[in-house]
Order: sequence, then structure tokens, then C-alpha cells
Amino acid sequence: MSAVKLHNIVKKFGAFTAVHPMSLDIPERSFVTLLGPSGCGKTTTLRMVAGLLDPTEGDILVAGRQINDVPIHKRNLGIVFQNYALFPHKTVADNVAFGLKHRNIPKEERNRRVAEALELVQLPHLANSYPKQLSGGQQQRIALARAIVIEPDVLLLDEPLSALDANLREDMRVELKRIQEQIGITTIFVTHDQSEALAMSDILVVMSNGRVEQVGAPKEIYSNPTSRFVADFLGTSNILEAEITSEGGQSGLTAAAVGFVPLRDEQMAKLAGRAKAYLVIRAEKIDILPLDAGPDARLSFEGTIEAVDYQGQLVRYFVDVQGMKFQVLNMLSGTTSFEDGDRVSVRFDSQDCVAVGED
Amino acid sequence: MSIEKREARQPWVLLSPALVSILLLLIVPLMFIVVYSFWLRTATGADQVGFYLDNWIEVLTDEFYRDILLQTLRIASVTTIVCAVMGYPAAYFIARSRGNKAILLLLLMLPFWISYIIRTMSWINILGVSGAFNSVLMMLGIIDEPLQLLYNEVTVILGLVHFLLPFMILNIYVSLEDIDRNLEDAACSLGAHRGRTFLEITLPLSLPGLAAGGLLCFVLGAGTYITPVILGGPRDAMFANLVFEAIITQLDWPLGSVLSLVLIAVLGSIVLVYNRFLGMRQLMKGLA
Ligand SMILES: Nc1ncnc2c1ncn2[C@@H]1O[C@H](COP(=O)(O)OP(=O)(O)OP(=O)(O)O)[C@@H](O)[C@H]1O
Ligand SMILES: [Mg+2]
Repeated sequence: MSAVKLHNIVKKFGAFTAVHPMSLDIPERSFVTLLGPSGCGKTTTLRMVAGLLDPTEGDILVAGRQINDVPIHKRNLGIVFQNYALFPHKTVADNVAFGLKHRNIPKEERNRRVAEALELVQLPHLANSYPKQLSGGQQQRIALARAIVIEPDVLLLDEPLSALDANLREDMRVELKRIQEQIGITTIFVTHDQSEALAMSDILVVMSNGRVEQVGAPKEIYSNPTSRFVADFLGTSNILEAEITSEGGQSGLTAAAVGFVPLRDEQMAKLAGRAKAYLVIRAEKIDILPLDAGPDARLSFEGTIEAVDYQGQLVRYFVDVQGMKFQVLNMLSGTTSFEDGDRVSVRFDSQDCVAVGED
Repeated sequence: MSIEKREARQPWVLLSPALVSILLLLIVPLMFIVVYSFWLRTATGADQVGFYLDNWIEVLTDEFYRDILLQTLRIASVTTIVCAVMGYPAAYFIARSRGNKAILLLLLMLPFWISYIIRTMSWINILGVSGAFNSVLMMLGIIDEPLQLLYNEVTVILGLVHFLLPFMILNIYVSLEDIDRNLEDAACSLGAHRGRTFLEITLPLSLPGLAAGGLLCFVLGAGTYITPVILGGPRDAMFANLVFEAIITQLDWPLGSVLSLVLIAVLGSIVLVYNRFLGMRQLMKGLA
């Protein structure tokens, strides 16, 4: 049974539709991420599940129970807010105990569970501090402890890491995932940070303009996007307008600069009935070699480096191939590096190319 | 001069006009009052310069002054409580309404455009013998004789509430505005229904505003002079009326000075005690 089920939920604000009919099945114990650009309706969707917004249409089921009309305080959901929303006038322990108190849990059990929750987030020594005395990362953990101590059916997190600085964010990412796995709680996580989404999720839901673009495992979505939007949004891609053609019985796509690229049947099948076709080549699937490098099985084109952007161990090249601009991400190998204006050989495997259609 | 030094000095430069005017208009006259309070008015009406404790002893021992002081504090307390009870829901409504807050706040300020005296006197037109209230009741035949509604302690409190309510509402509104709405949502999501959320989250977090509004209403109410004159009866004098009486009517500056210093001392110590026991600092720390 799915832990959470959204059935054609719609949210309108006046004449504006923030979420178009949206359906989603969230399996028990899974970590689901809603990912999308700002304003695509992630928060709105999460707030509908939380009970902070009423869906205009559609049903929300938690553990098989329809909860549209269940008031928020009876939903048994754990929510972590972006700004943590810790009660400033209560100690850390009282913050964590808040939900238990309102569930009439006897004092002894309450104290035990608060201690356990603080142990879980590794901050038992802060029980008597006030929220303002804590660092951002600590507040974050306390907010998490407060949400999970009530043993909610589902944990809802709205960009919980976005207020932290980059290093801390990565630590908390690991920490959050550890805690989620340890207690095995179904989690809906909202973010617009794709590396966060790719690293943490069991199921990734990519949204744009109030619609679900693609649902699946992060790896699958990353390597096989089904829409131009997803191909563009996740990672760095080169997206070429293309036409469906075939050569020698092998069908594929033909695009400017690269010519005919044979594609696997399953990729071609994605184009059935679509008006437009695009050839997608991930920036890191392209290799830059010296012009005199020996030939290999890959497709090879001549190009000119236009700009080089060093990013630590990665380097990003902007390459011109017959007037088409390509972005290439390569590991910095040390032995070969290229400068602006160098003539180079641009290579990629047709097996790494993906087709996406658009209407 | 380094920027750091200049910045360190800047607050004092900016504050100095205010500090100078406080010094000239408040501290210096207050010193005069202190000096006056030890003079003595002689039978001839002239002031005898010197160091006499007579007026102090009279004011501090005479039960007449003590009773009026207690009456003043009682009226101010009741006014403050009524303002808090009436003002909180109004402030809550304004803080929680969407979009038209500016208009609601403007409406709240509107009474300040009319003189306080005129606003106070308007009650005579409403509650007076030939005022609106009596006229309507007589017209409806509910009463034959007009009721004597004015000139008692209740009308004094009514006038004070009318005057002070906006101060209370504004103070509560400001602290309610400051509360992160997510806190209430978080409390609900943790299982507290709306009433409990209000009592455990919203109310405690708005206490600084309530306390500030309360203090303001109390101090302004206790120091009032006009309201009892216009709306009170002969027995409803408040402490400031005694000061007026002594200085303006009897031209007894030394006695008036003692009375005003007593009022200042009493209100001042109430402010201090208030600060100490309501733990406003502690509350502020939690919110900072
Ligand atoms: N209460 C509201 N009234 C009117 N429009 C709203 C309201 N809440 C959200 N919207 C609109 O709905 C759309 C989706 O908003 P939402 O907050 O869900 O975006 P989001 O995906 O969470 O974006 P972000 O990454 O910036 O948080 C936005 O265009 C927003 O302007
Ligand atoms: Mg959002």
C-alpha cells in the first residue's frame, strides 16, 4: 500500500492555477523529492499534503485514509519548515516535547522519547538551550527531532537545507538521509537543488509550471529524461533540434553540426507521436581530445575551444562545432589541457545520446 | 578619522538634539520642581525660600492624598485591563487580515486627528442628559426621565479607554506582526488545535507588545488630567487634578511640586517593578 497517494489534486489561487491535476503514489518508507525551478508549485503541493492549504480539487490519501477534510492537527504528519519555525520562547526539550504533550503522552514516556529524539540528531546536550542560542545546523536538527518524535505517518520537508551554508548543507544531507533510513519514515522532500535531489531521493518528481514532468529513480531520470525540460533542467546538456531519419536500416536523429546519430530503438520509441524531436548529449558524455588523437569507435567532430571555465577537479569547455555551441564537462587530467582557440577533436558515443520529443 | 571611529561617534551626534531638548525641557524644569518642593507658601501668599519639609510631610501623611492616589491607580488599572481585553482581538484581526492592513491601521490613527479634548467632550453629546443615548430611550418610551449617566468613575474610565485603546492596539499589533506564521502552522501540525496554539504560541509571543501597551496605557491613564475634569464628578478627581488645583487655583507652587514629584515617583517605581517582574528582558532575549 502506498503511504501517500495524490489523486488528481489541483490548486488554484483565484484565476491562477498553481498545481494542475497531479497524481502521485508514494510507497511506504521511500524518500520522495519534489524538484523543480522556483514557482513550479512544490511548496503548494507539500502544503496541501500537510493540510496547510486545501486542494481545489482531488483527493489526498495517507495510509489509505482520505485526509482532505481532516484538520491539520489530526493528520499526524511531521513538518520541517524552511526557517525551522522553532518556538523561540521554549527550550529545545520543550520544543521537541510539544507534539507529545498535545498527544497526551504521559510525562515519563515523553521525557524518554524527547531524549531519544535528541540522541538521534546527536544534540542531547542542548536540551535546555533556547533556539536562538543554536547554530543554523543545530536548529535544523532540532526541527527534525521535533517533527519525528511524534512518529508521524509522513515526514514533510520544505527546502530544509537551503538556509545552511554549502559545507554544512552537505553534512546535513548525509545526516538527514541517515536518520530517514534509520527510522524508515516515508518522506516528501522539496528542493530546487538538483544535486540534493539526485543524492538523496529514492523517487524523484521533476515539476515545472505546476505539472509533473517526470517521475522515477534519480539515475533513470538523469540518464533518460523524457522531456526537453527535464533534459535541460538536470545537469548540463547539449540539446539539438533534430529530425528523425534512418541510414542503412538504423534509425536515428539528424541534427546540425553532428549529422546523423544512430539511436537505440527504445530512444526512438519516445518520439512516437511527438511533433518535435531533440537530440540530447550530456556535457560530461563528450570528450575533448587533441586533434591528432587516434580514431576510436565514437563519433568525432572537429571544433574550436571558445572558453574554458575551471571548476576545481572539473573543467568546462565551450566548444564551437560548425557554428553550434557545445558545453563539455571533463575531469581535469593534468596531462592534457586546452586553451581558448585550440582546434580539438570532439567525441561522443551515440549510445550515450538521448532523444526527447516535444509537442 | 577612521570609518569605525566615525560610526562609533555617529549615534551620539544623531541623538544630541534629542538629548539636549530632553535636558533643557525635562531635566532642568524637574530640578526646579525639586527645589520648589522644599519651599513654603506663607499666609501672605509669597513663597518662603528655604529647606522646609512641611509640604512633604503633609502629602505623605494626609489620608486624603493617599486615597486619591489609590483611586488614580485603580482607574488606571481598570482602564488598562479594559484596553487589553478590547484591544487584543482588534490587533489580532488587523495583524491577520490580508491586504487591507494599511487601511485598518489608518482607521486606527484617525482619532488622533481630532483633539483629545473634543473626543472626550463628545461623550457629553452621547451620554448627557439631552444626549443621543437618552434621547433615543425617551423616544422609544423606555424611560420618562433622562438617566444621569455622566460624571462618575465609569464615564472617566470610558473616556480613558476611548483615548488609550489605539495605543494598546498598535503595540499588540506590532508584536503580533512579528510572529512568524510558520510557528502557528508548526504547532498545529504537531497536534495543537487552534485554541491551544493561540494560548501556547501566539499569546506568549505577543506578550511584549501587550506589556508595552499596558504600561503605556497605565502611565498615560494615571497621569491624566482632562478626562476626570470633563467626564468625572466631584468625587472622581485624579492625582493630576490635585496638582492643577494646587498650582493654578491656589498658586501653591511648593505643594504642587511635592504632589507632582510623588506622582512621578509612584509611576516611575511601577515602571521599574513592571520591568523587573514581567521579565521583559528575558522575553526579549528569547525573541531577539
Ligand atoms: N497564497 C498564494 N496566493 C497566490 N498565489 C500563490 C500563493 N501561494 C503560491 N502562489 C503561486 O503559486 C505558484 C507556486 O508557488 P510555490 O510556492 O508552490 O512554488 P515553489 O515551487 O515552492 O517555488 P520556490 O522554489 O520558489 O519555493 C507561484 O507562482 C506562486 O506565486
Ligand atoms: Mg517553495
